[in-house]
Amino acid sequence: MGAIIEYQGQLLQGTWVTIQLAIFSAMFSIAFGLLGAWAKLSKNILAQKTAAGYTTIVRGVPDLVLILLVFYGGQELANQFGSLTGLWEYVEISQFAAGVGTIGVVFGGYMTETFRGAILAIPRGQIEAGVACGMNKFLIFRRIIGPQMVRYALPGFSNNWLVQIKSTALVSVIGLQDVVYNGFVAGRSTRQLFTFMFAVLMVYLVLTAISDFALRWLDKKYSKGIVRSDDG
Amino acid sequence: MGDAIIAFLDAWSPIDLVLIAQNLDRFLLGAWVTLQLTFLSLVVGGCIAVPLAIIRAGNNALLNAPVWAFTYTFRGTPLLVQTYLIYYGLGQFEWIRESFVWGPVLSQAWWCALIAFSLNTAAYTTELLRGAIESTNRGEVEAAKACGFSRRMRLKRIVLPSAFRRALPAYSNEVIFMLHGSVVASTITIQDLLGVGRWLNGRYYLAYEGFITAAVFYLVIVLVISRGFRLWEKHWLQHLYPHDAVKVKPSKGLANFRI
Repeated sequence: MGAIIEYQGQLLQGTWVTIQLAIFSAMFSIAFGLLGAWAKLSKNILAQKTAAGYTTIVRGVPDLVLILLVFYGGQELANQFGSLTGLWEYVEISQFAAGVGTIGVVFGGYMTETFRGAILAIPRGQIEAGVACGMNKFLIFRRIIGPQMVRYALPGFSNNWLVQIKSTALVSVIGLQDVVYNGFVAGRSTRQLFTFMFAVLMVYLVLTAISDFALRWLDKKYSKGIVRSDDG
Repeated sequence: MGDAIIAFLDAWSPIDLVLIAQNLDRFLLGAWVTLQLTFLSLVVGGCIAVPLAIIRAGNNALLNAPVWAFTYTFRGTPLLVQTYLIYYGLGQFEWIRESFVWGPVLSQAWWCALIAFSLNTAAYTTELLRGAIESTNRGEVEAAKACGFSRRMRLKRIVLPSAFRRALPAYSNEVIFMLHGSVVASTITIQDLLGVGRWLNGRYYLAYEGFITAAVFYLVIVLVISRGFRLWEKHWLQHLYPHDAVKVKPSKGLANFRI
Protein backbone atom coordinates (compact mmCIF):
# COMPACT_ATOMS: atom_id res chain seq x y z
CA MET A 1 0.00 0.00 0.00
CA GLY A 2 2.85 2.35 0.91
CA ALA A 3 4.43 1.82 -2.49
CA ILE A 4 1.25 2.95 -4.21
CA ILE A 5 1.23 6.20 -2.25
CA GLU A 6 4.86 6.67 -3.16
CA TYR A 7 4.12 6.20 -6.86
CA GLN A 8 0.70 7.87 -6.89
CA GLY A 9 2.04 10.71 -9.05
CA GLN A 10 2.93 8.34 -11.90
CA LEU A 11 -0.33 6.46 -11.55
CA LEU A 12 -2.40 9.63 -11.64
CA GLN A 13 -0.44 10.96 -14.59
CA GLY A 14 -1.00 7.66 -16.42
CA THR A 15 -4.69 7.77 -15.58
CA TRP A 16 -4.91 11.23 -17.07
CA VAL A 17 -3.24 9.98 -20.29
CA THR A 18 -5.72 7.08 -20.41
CA ILE A 19 -8.67 9.44 -19.99
CA GLN A 20 -7.39 11.77 -22.72
CA LEU A 21 -6.77 8.82 -25.02
CA ALA A 22 -10.28 7.52 -24.43
CA ILE A 23 -11.97 10.88 -24.98
CA PHE A 24 -10.02 11.86 -28.10
CA SER A 25 -10.45 8.45 -29.68
CA ALA A 26 -14.16 8.55 -28.85
CA MET A 27 -14.49 11.86 -30.71
CA PHE A 28 -12.73 10.29 -33.68
CA SER A 29 -14.93 7.23 -33.54
CA ILE A 30 -18.09 9.34 -33.45
CA ALA A 31 -16.92 11.24 -36.54
CA PHE A 32 -16.01 8.03 -38.37
CA GLY A 33 -19.25 6.42 -37.22
CA LEU A 34 -21.35 9.27 -38.60
CA LEU A 35 -19.41 9.23 -41.85
CA GLY A 36 -19.75 5.44 -42.10
CA ALA A 37 -23.47 5.49 -41.32
CA TRP A 38 -23.99 8.19 -43.93
CA ALA A 39 -22.04 6.13 -46.49
CA LYS A 40 -23.92 2.94 -45.67
CA LEU A 41 -27.28 4.66 -46.04
CA SER A 42 -26.38 6.67 -49.12
CA LYS A 43 -27.58 5.75 -52.59
CA ASN A 44 -24.04 5.84 -53.93
CA ILE A 45 -22.91 2.23 -54.51
CA LEU A 46 -19.23 3.12 -54.16
CA ALA A 47 -19.82 4.75 -50.76
CA GLN A 48 -21.83 1.73 -49.63
CA LYS A 49 -19.16 -0.73 -50.68
CA THR A 50 -16.37 1.32 -49.11
CA ALA A 51 -18.24 1.54 -45.81
CA ALA A 52 -19.01 -2.18 -45.89
CA GLY A 53 -15.35 -3.02 -46.48
CA TYR A 54 -14.32 -0.61 -43.72
CA THR A 55 -16.61 -2.12 -41.09
CA THR A 56 -15.73 -5.70 -42.09
CA ILE A 57 -11.98 -5.17 -41.85
CA VAL A 58 -12.05 -3.04 -38.74
CA ARG A 59 -14.37 -5.38 -36.87
CA GLY A 60 -12.61 -8.50 -38.12
CA VAL A 61 -9.03 -7.67 -37.18
CA PRO A 62 -8.07 -7.38 -33.48
CA ASP A 63 -7.36 -3.80 -32.40
CA LEU A 64 -3.85 -4.53 -31.14
CA VAL A 65 -2.83 -5.80 -34.60
CA LEU A 66 -4.06 -2.56 -36.14
CA ILE A 67 -2.39 -0.43 -33.47
CA LEU A 68 0.95 -2.11 -34.16
CA LEU A 69 0.44 -1.88 -37.90
CA VAL A 70 -0.36 1.82 -37.74
CA PHE A 71 2.42 2.65 -35.30
CA TYR A 72 5.24 0.80 -37.09
CA GLY A 73 3.86 0.53 -40.61
CA GLY A 74 2.31 3.98 -40.66
CA GLN A 75 5.60 5.57 -39.69
CA GLU A 76 7.44 3.67 -42.42
CA LEU A 77 4.79 4.64 -44.95
CA ALA A 78 4.88 8.30 -43.96
CA ASN A 79 8.65 8.38 -44.28
CA GLN A 80 8.69 6.57 -47.61
CA PHE A 81 6.07 8.97 -48.91
CA GLY A 82 8.01 11.91 -47.53
CA SER A 83 11.31 10.91 -49.12
CA LEU A 84 9.58 10.02 -52.39
CA THR A 85 7.83 13.35 -52.76
CA GLY A 86 10.35 15.40 -50.85
CA LEU A 87 7.53 17.00 -48.90
CA TRP A 88 8.97 16.30 -45.47
CA GLU A 89 12.02 14.91 -43.76
CA TYR A 90 11.99 12.09 -41.21
CA VAL A 91 8.77 12.07 -39.20
CA GLU A 92 7.85 10.12 -36.13
CA ILE A 93 4.33 9.12 -35.21
CA SER A 94 3.78 9.53 -31.49
CA GLN A 95 2.29 6.64 -29.54
CA PHE A 96 -0.55 8.87 -28.49
CA ALA A 97 -1.44 9.82 -32.07
CA ALA A 98 -1.21 6.22 -33.25
CA GLY A 99 -3.44 5.12 -30.37
CA VAL A 100 -6.05 7.83 -30.82
CA GLY A 101 -6.14 7.32 -34.59
CA THR A 102 -6.33 3.54 -34.55
CA ILE A 103 -8.80 3.15 -31.70
CA GLY A 104 -10.89 5.95 -33.21
CA VAL A 105 -11.00 4.24 -36.61
CA VAL A 106 -11.65 0.79 -35.12
CA PHE A 107 -14.51 1.92 -32.93
CA GLY A 108 -15.76 4.10 -35.76
CA GLY A 109 -16.62 0.79 -37.39
CA TYR A 110 -18.73 -0.23 -34.40
CA MET A 111 -20.29 3.23 -34.17
CA THR A 112 -21.19 3.02 -37.86
CA GLU A 113 -23.49 0.10 -37.13
CA THR A 114 -24.93 1.79 -34.04
CA PHE A 115 -25.65 5.06 -35.84
CA ARG A 116 -27.02 3.32 -38.91
CA GLY A 117 -29.48 1.43 -36.74
CA ALA A 118 -30.43 4.63 -34.91
CA ILE A 119 -31.10 6.54 -38.12
CA LEU A 120 -33.18 3.67 -39.47
CA ALA A 121 -35.19 3.63 -36.23
CA ILE A 122 -36.51 7.15 -36.89
CA PRO A 123 -39.94 6.94 -38.48
CA ARG A 124 -39.63 7.71 -42.18
CA GLY A 125 -42.72 9.90 -42.10
CA GLN A 126 -40.98 12.48 -39.96
CA ILE A 127 -38.21 12.90 -42.51
CA GLU A 128 -40.76 13.12 -45.30
CA ALA A 129 -42.65 15.72 -43.28
CA GLY A 130 -39.42 17.68 -43.01
CA VAL A 131 -38.94 17.52 -46.76
CA ALA A 132 -42.55 18.57 -47.27
CA CYS A 133 -41.95 21.61 -45.05
CA GLY A 134 -39.12 22.62 -47.36
CA MET A 135 -36.26 21.82 -45.00
CA ASN A 136 -32.91 21.11 -46.58
CA LYS A 137 -30.79 18.09 -45.67
CA PHE A 138 -28.79 19.84 -42.97
CA LEU A 139 -31.84 21.28 -41.30
CA ILE A 140 -33.50 17.86 -41.33
CA PHE A 141 -30.40 16.39 -39.72
CA ARG A 142 -30.20 19.13 -37.11
CA ARG A 143 -33.86 19.31 -36.18
CA ILE A 144 -35.22 15.81 -36.79
CA ILE A 145 -32.58 13.12 -37.17
CA GLY A 146 -29.90 14.42 -34.79
CA PRO A 147 -31.85 14.78 -31.55
CA GLN A 148 -33.69 11.50 -31.94
CA MET A 149 -30.62 9.65 -33.12
CA VAL A 150 -28.94 10.41 -29.82
CA ARG A 151 -31.70 8.59 -27.99
CA TYR A 152 -31.79 5.59 -30.28
CA ALA A 153 -28.01 5.32 -30.47
CA LEU A 154 -27.31 5.76 -26.75
CA PRO A 155 -27.58 2.10 -25.63
CA GLY A 156 -25.26 0.96 -28.44
CA PHE A 157 -22.97 3.93 -27.86
CA SER A 158 -22.72 3.11 -24.16
CA ASN A 159 -21.65 -0.43 -24.95
CA ASN A 160 -19.06 0.73 -27.46
CA TRP A 161 -17.68 3.35 -25.11
CA LEU A 162 -17.24 0.87 -22.28
CA VAL A 163 -15.34 -1.49 -24.60
CA GLN A 164 -13.34 1.43 -25.99
CA ILE A 165 -12.11 2.61 -22.58
CA LYS A 166 -10.78 -0.87 -21.93
CA SER A 167 -9.17 -1.05 -25.37
CA THR A 168 -7.04 1.98 -24.59
CA ALA A 169 -4.99 -0.29 -22.31
CA LEU A 170 -3.55 -1.92 -25.43
CA VAL A 171 -1.74 1.28 -26.42
CA SER A 172 0.64 0.64 -23.52
CA VAL A 173 2.07 -2.18 -25.66
CA ILE A 174 3.62 0.36 -28.06
CA GLY A 175 5.02 2.29 -25.11
CA LEU A 176 2.49 5.01 -24.41
CA GLN A 177 2.89 5.98 -20.77
CA ASP A 178 -0.69 5.40 -19.75
CA VAL A 179 -1.86 3.97 -16.45
CA VAL A 180 -1.00 0.38 -17.42
CA TYR A 181 2.53 1.27 -18.53
CA ASN A 182 3.26 3.45 -15.52
CA GLY A 183 1.76 0.89 -13.16
CA PHE A 184 3.85 -1.85 -14.71
CA VAL A 185 7.08 0.13 -14.47
CA ALA A 186 6.39 1.08 -10.85
CA GLY A 187 5.43 -2.49 -10.00
CA ARG A 188 8.58 -3.88 -11.52
CA SER A 189 10.90 -1.49 -9.77
CA THR A 190 9.29 -2.12 -6.38
CA ARG A 191 8.83 -5.86 -7.07
CA GLN A 192 5.17 -5.48 -6.23
CA LEU A 193 3.54 -6.10 -9.56
CA PHE A 194 0.39 -7.60 -8.09
CA THR A 195 -0.26 -4.55 -5.93
CA PHE A 196 0.27 -2.16 -8.81
CA MET A 197 -1.65 -4.15 -11.40
CA PHE A 198 -4.49 -4.40 -8.90
CA ALA A 199 -4.40 -0.63 -8.48
CA VAL A 200 -4.55 -0.23 -12.27
CA LEU A 201 -7.49 -2.63 -12.35
CA MET A 202 -9.27 -0.44 -9.81
CA VAL A 203 -8.57 2.69 -11.87
CA TYR A 204 -10.32 1.12 -14.85
CA LEU A 205 -13.15 -0.10 -12.66
CA VAL A 206 -13.72 3.43 -11.38
CA LEU A 207 -13.54 4.86 -14.91
CA THR A 208 -16.11 2.39 -16.25
CA ALA A 209 -18.34 2.87 -13.21
CA ILE A 210 -18.32 6.65 -13.66
CA SER A 211 -19.05 6.32 -17.39
CA ASP A 212 -21.83 3.88 -16.70
CA PHE A 213 -23.38 6.35 -14.27
CA ALA A 214 -23.03 9.29 -16.65
CA LEU A 215 -24.44 7.38 -19.61
CA ARG A 216 -27.45 6.32 -17.59
CA TRP A 217 -28.08 9.93 -16.68
CA LEU A 218 -27.80 10.93 -20.36
CA ASP A 219 -30.16 8.14 -21.31
CA LYS A 220 -32.71 9.43 -18.84
CA LYS A 221 -32.28 12.96 -20.13
CA TYR A 222 -32.74 12.07 -23.77
CA SER A 223 -35.66 9.72 -23.07
CA LYS A 224 -37.76 12.42 -21.44
CA GLY A 225 -41.36 12.06 -22.46
CA ILE A 226 -40.85 8.55 -23.78
CA VAL A 227 -42.93 5.88 -22.13
CA ARG A 228 -41.10 2.59 -21.93
CA SER A 229 -42.99 -0.64 -21.73
CA ASP A 230 -41.84 -2.31 -18.55
CA ASP A 231 -42.88 -5.87 -19.16
CA GLY A 232 -39.25 -6.99 -19.59
CA MET B 1 7.76 -20.83 -63.64
CA GLY B 2 8.12 -20.69 -59.85
CA ASP B 3 11.29 -18.65 -60.16
CA ALA B 4 9.57 -16.27 -62.53
CA ILE B 5 6.79 -15.67 -60.01
CA ILE B 6 9.30 -15.09 -57.22
CA ALA B 7 11.28 -12.70 -59.38
CA PHE B 8 8.10 -10.87 -60.33
CA LEU B 9 6.99 -10.57 -56.70
CA ASP B 10 10.44 -9.45 -55.63
CA ALA B 11 10.38 -6.66 -58.16
CA TRP B 12 6.79 -5.51 -57.93
CA SER B 13 5.14 -6.42 -54.64
CA PRO B 14 5.13 -3.60 -52.06
CA ILE B 15 5.45 -6.15 -49.28
CA ASP B 16 7.77 -9.12 -49.18
CA LEU B 17 5.36 -11.90 -50.11
CA VAL B 18 8.15 -14.41 -50.61
CA LEU B 19 9.31 -14.00 -47.04
CA ILE B 20 5.75 -14.47 -45.80
CA ALA B 21 5.40 -17.62 -47.88
CA GLN B 22 8.67 -18.93 -46.46
CA ASN B 23 7.40 -18.40 -42.93
CA LEU B 24 3.88 -19.62 -43.55
CA ASP B 25 4.39 -22.70 -41.40
CA ARG B 26 5.19 -20.48 -38.42
CA PHE B 27 2.03 -18.47 -39.01
CA LEU B 28 -0.01 -21.67 -39.20
CA LEU B 29 1.53 -22.75 -35.91
CA GLY B 30 0.67 -19.35 -34.44
CA ALA B 31 -2.88 -19.67 -35.72
CA TRP B 32 -3.08 -23.05 -34.01
CA VAL B 33 -1.95 -21.53 -30.70
CA THR B 34 -4.49 -18.70 -31.08
CA LEU B 35 -7.33 -21.09 -31.87
CA GLN B 36 -6.33 -23.43 -29.06
CA LEU B 37 -6.23 -20.65 -26.47
CA THR B 38 -9.53 -19.19 -27.69
CA PHE B 39 -11.33 -22.51 -27.83
CA LEU B 40 -10.07 -23.83 -24.50
CA SER B 41 -10.87 -20.62 -22.66
CA LEU B 42 -14.35 -20.59 -24.19
CA VAL B 43 -14.91 -24.17 -22.99
CA VAL B 44 -13.58 -23.53 -19.48
CA GLY B 45 -15.30 -20.13 -19.29
CA GLY B 46 -18.56 -21.65 -20.49
CA CYS B 47 -18.42 -24.36 -17.82
CA ILE B 48 -17.92 -21.70 -15.15
CA ALA B 49 -20.58 -19.43 -16.63
CA VAL B 50 -23.56 -21.81 -16.64
CA PRO B 51 -23.84 -22.32 -12.85
CA LEU B 52 -22.98 -18.66 -12.21
CA ALA B 53 -25.71 -17.52 -14.61
CA ILE B 54 -28.24 -19.72 -12.82
CA ILE B 55 -27.20 -18.12 -9.53
CA ARG B 56 -27.43 -14.62 -11.03
CA ALA B 57 -30.91 -15.30 -12.41
CA GLY B 58 -32.10 -16.80 -9.13
CA ASN B 59 -33.00 -14.80 -6.05
CA ASN B 60 -30.50 -15.93 -3.47
CA ALA B 61 -28.93 -12.62 -2.44
CA LEU B 62 -26.13 -14.29 -0.50
CA LEU B 63 -24.85 -16.14 -3.57
CA ASN B 64 -25.76 -13.39 -5.98
CA ALA B 65 -23.52 -10.70 -4.47
CA PRO B 66 -20.13 -12.40 -4.96
CA VAL B 67 -21.03 -13.54 -8.47
CA TRP B 68 -22.09 -10.00 -9.31
CA ALA B 69 -18.80 -8.66 -7.93
CA PHE B 70 -16.90 -11.17 -10.07
CA THR B 71 -18.69 -10.32 -13.31
CA TYR B 72 -18.59 -6.59 -12.60
CA THR B 73 -14.84 -6.59 -11.99
CA PHE B 74 -13.96 -8.72 -14.98
CA ARG B 75 -16.27 -6.88 -17.35
CA GLY B 76 -15.19 -3.46 -16.14
CA THR B 77 -11.44 -3.89 -16.60
CA PRO B 78 -9.20 -4.59 -19.61
CA LEU B 79 -8.20 -8.16 -20.38
CA LEU B 80 -4.60 -6.97 -20.74
CA VAL B 81 -4.47 -5.84 -17.12
CA GLN B 82 -6.14 -9.04 -15.90
CA THR B 83 -3.58 -11.10 -17.78
CA TYR B 84 -0.68 -9.01 -16.41
CA LEU B 85 -2.12 -9.36 -12.91
CA ILE B 86 -2.03 -13.14 -13.15
CA TYR B 87 1.19 -13.62 -15.12
CA TYR B 88 3.38 -10.92 -13.59
CA GLY B 89 1.48 -10.25 -10.39
CA LEU B 90 1.11 -13.63 -8.71
CA GLY B 91 4.87 -14.06 -8.40
CA GLN B 92 4.87 -11.27 -5.82
CA PHE B 93 3.62 -13.68 -3.18
CA GLU B 94 6.12 -16.08 -1.79
CA TRP B 95 3.59 -18.68 -0.73
CA ILE B 96 2.40 -18.91 -4.34
CA ARG B 97 5.95 -19.22 -5.62
CA GLU B 98 6.58 -22.02 -3.17
CA SER B 99 3.34 -23.90 -3.82
CA PHE B 100 3.22 -26.92 -6.12
CA VAL B 101 1.16 -25.12 -8.82
CA TRP B 102 3.84 -22.50 -9.39
CA GLY B 103 6.33 -24.49 -11.48
CA PRO B 104 4.03 -26.35 -13.86
CA VAL B 105 1.16 -23.82 -14.09
CA LEU B 106 1.39 -20.32 -12.66
CA SER B 107 4.89 -19.54 -13.89
CA GLN B 108 3.96 -20.58 -17.45
CA ALA B 109 2.71 -17.85 -19.76
CA TRP B 110 0.38 -20.22 -21.61
CA TRP B 111 -1.44 -21.32 -18.47
CA CYS B 112 -1.70 -17.78 -17.14
CA ALA B 113 -3.21 -16.63 -20.42
CA LEU B 114 -5.67 -19.52 -20.34
CA ILE B 115 -6.70 -18.72 -16.75
CA ALA B 116 -7.13 -14.99 -17.46
CA PHE B 117 -9.05 -15.55 -20.71
CA SER B 118 -11.29 -18.20 -19.13
CA LEU B 119 -12.24 -15.98 -16.21
CA ASN B 120 -12.81 -13.04 -18.55
CA THR B 121 -15.09 -14.89 -20.95
CA ALA B 122 -16.82 -16.57 -18.00
CA ALA B 123 -17.81 -13.15 -16.67
CA TYR B 124 -19.21 -11.97 -20.01
CA THR B 125 -20.96 -15.27 -20.72
CA THR B 126 -22.52 -15.31 -17.25
CA GLU B 127 -24.26 -11.99 -17.82
CA LEU B 128 -25.26 -12.93 -21.34
CA LEU B 129 -26.80 -16.21 -20.18
CA ARG B 130 -28.47 -14.51 -17.24
CA GLY B 131 -30.26 -12.23 -19.68
CA ALA B 132 -31.36 -15.21 -21.73
CA ILE B 133 -32.56 -17.12 -18.66
CA GLU B 134 -34.48 -14.14 -17.32
CA SER B 135 -36.23 -13.60 -20.62
CA THR B 136 -37.72 -17.07 -20.58
CA ASN B 137 -41.43 -16.94 -21.19
CA ARG B 138 -43.23 -16.91 -17.83
CA GLY B 139 -45.95 -19.13 -19.15
CA GLU B 140 -43.52 -21.93 -19.94
CA VAL B 141 -42.16 -21.88 -16.40
CA GLU B 142 -45.67 -21.80 -14.94
CA ALA B 143 -46.72 -24.69 -17.12
CA ALA B 144 -43.71 -26.68 -15.93
CA LYS B 145 -44.62 -25.87 -12.32
CA ALA B 146 -48.18 -26.96 -12.94
CA CYS B 147 -46.87 -30.27 -14.30
CA GLY B 148 -45.00 -30.75 -11.02
CA PHE B 149 -41.45 -30.18 -12.35
CA SER B 150 -38.89 -29.51 -9.65
CA ARG B 151 -36.65 -26.43 -10.02
CA ARG B 152 -33.81 -28.64 -11.20
CA MET B 153 -36.00 -30.34 -13.77
CA ARG B 154 -37.43 -27.00 -14.95
CA LEU B 155 -33.93 -25.67 -15.53
CA LYS B 156 -32.82 -28.78 -17.36
CA ARG B 157 -35.86 -29.36 -19.53
CA ILE B 158 -37.45 -25.95 -20.03
CA VAL B 159 -35.33 -22.93 -19.13
CA LEU B 160 -31.79 -23.81 -20.20
CA PRO B 161 -32.53 -25.36 -23.61
CA SER B 162 -34.42 -22.30 -24.75
CA ALA B 163 -32.06 -19.86 -23.00
CA PHE B 164 -29.03 -21.38 -24.77
CA ARG B 165 -30.78 -20.96 -28.08
CA ARG B 166 -31.72 -17.36 -27.39
CA ALA B 167 -28.20 -16.57 -26.24
CA LEU B 168 -26.64 -17.92 -29.43
CA PRO B 169 -26.49 -14.69 -31.49
CA ALA B 170 -24.98 -12.74 -28.59
CA TYR B 171 -22.62 -15.61 -27.87
CA SER B 172 -21.24 -15.51 -31.40
CA ASN B 173 -20.15 -11.94 -30.64
CA GLU B 174 -18.50 -13.13 -27.45
CA VAL B 175 -16.58 -15.82 -29.37
CA ILE B 176 -15.22 -13.23 -31.81
CA PHE B 177 -14.48 -10.90 -28.92
CA MET B 178 -12.49 -13.66 -27.25
CA LEU B 179 -10.57 -14.39 -30.43
CA HIS B 180 -9.70 -10.70 -30.66
CA GLY B 181 -8.82 -10.65 -26.98
CA SER B 182 -6.43 -13.57 -27.37
CA VAL B 183 -3.88 -11.21 -29.01
CA VAL B 184 -3.04 -10.20 -25.44
CA ALA B 185 -1.21 -13.55 -25.23
CA SER B 186 1.48 -12.13 -27.51
CA THR B 187 2.29 -9.49 -24.90
CA ILE B 188 3.28 -12.15 -22.37
CA THR B 189 5.74 -13.91 -24.70
CA ILE B 190 3.36 -16.45 -26.25
CA GLN B 191 3.91 -17.15 -29.95
CA ASP B 192 0.31 -16.85 -31.08
CA LEU B 193 -0.65 -15.39 -34.48
CA LEU B 194 0.29 -11.86 -33.51
CA GLY B 195 3.33 -13.16 -31.63
CA VAL B 196 4.63 -14.72 -34.84
CA GLY B 197 3.90 -11.50 -36.73
CA ARG B 198 5.84 -9.48 -34.18
CA TRP B 199 8.68 -12.00 -34.26
CA LEU B 200 8.91 -11.81 -38.06
CA ASN B 201 8.97 -8.02 -38.04
CA GLY B 202 11.55 -7.92 -35.30
CA ARG B 203 13.81 -10.49 -36.88
CA TYR B 204 13.86 -9.02 -40.39
CA TYR B 205 13.42 -5.42 -39.29
CA LEU B 206 10.16 -4.98 -41.19
CA ALA B 207 7.19 -2.70 -40.63
CA TYR B 208 4.24 -4.32 -42.39
CA GLU B 209 4.66 -7.96 -43.35
CA GLY B 210 4.15 -9.72 -40.04
CA PHE B 211 1.23 -7.57 -38.91
CA ILE B 212 -0.53 -7.67 -42.26
CA THR B 213 -0.24 -11.44 -42.46
CA ALA B 214 -1.55 -11.80 -38.91
CA ALA B 215 -4.40 -9.39 -39.73
CA VAL B 216 -5.39 -11.44 -42.78
CA PHE B 217 -5.34 -14.63 -40.74
CA TYR B 218 -7.54 -13.08 -38.04
CA LEU B 219 -9.94 -11.72 -40.62
CA VAL B 220 -10.34 -15.13 -42.24
CA ILE B 221 -10.87 -16.84 -38.87
CA VAL B 222 -13.50 -14.26 -37.89
CA LEU B 223 -15.33 -14.66 -41.18
CA VAL B 224 -15.34 -18.47 -40.82
CA ILE B 225 -16.59 -18.26 -37.22
CA SER B 226 -19.40 -15.85 -38.02
CA ARG B 227 -20.44 -17.93 -41.03
CA GLY B 228 -20.44 -21.04 -38.84
CA PHE B 229 -22.57 -19.37 -36.21
CA ARG B 230 -25.05 -18.23 -38.84
CA LEU B 231 -25.50 -21.84 -39.96
CA TRP B 232 -25.76 -22.93 -36.35
CA GLU B 233 -28.39 -20.29 -35.62
CA LYS B 234 -30.35 -21.37 -38.65
CA HIS B 235 -30.42 -24.89 -37.25
CA TRP B 236 -31.12 -24.15 -33.58
CA LEU B 237 -33.37 -21.13 -33.95
CA GLN B 238 -35.44 -22.59 -36.78
CA HIS B 239 -38.61 -22.50 -34.67
CA LEU B 240 -38.27 -18.75 -34.09
CA TYR B 241 -38.05 -17.67 -37.70
CA PRO B 242 -41.21 -16.57 -39.45
CA HIS B 243 -42.42 -19.46 -41.52
CA ASP B 244 -42.68 -19.12 -45.24
CA ALA B 245 -46.23 -18.21 -46.02
CA VAL B 246 -47.86 -21.48 -46.96
CA LYS B 247 -49.83 -20.97 -50.05
CA VAL B 248 -53.15 -22.68 -49.57
CA LYS B 249 -54.63 -23.76 -52.79
CA PRO B 250 -58.36 -23.34 -52.74
CA SER B 251 -59.67 -26.84 -52.96
CA LYS B 252 -62.18 -27.37 -55.63
CA GLY B 253 -64.54 -29.23 -53.41
CA LEU B 254 -64.92 -26.29 -51.05
CA ALA B 255 -64.98 -23.74 -53.82
CA ASN B 256 -68.05 -25.39 -55.18
CA PHE B 257 -69.80 -24.74 -51.92
CA ARG B 258 -69.29 -21.01 -52.21
CA ILE B 259 -72.35 -19.22 -53.20
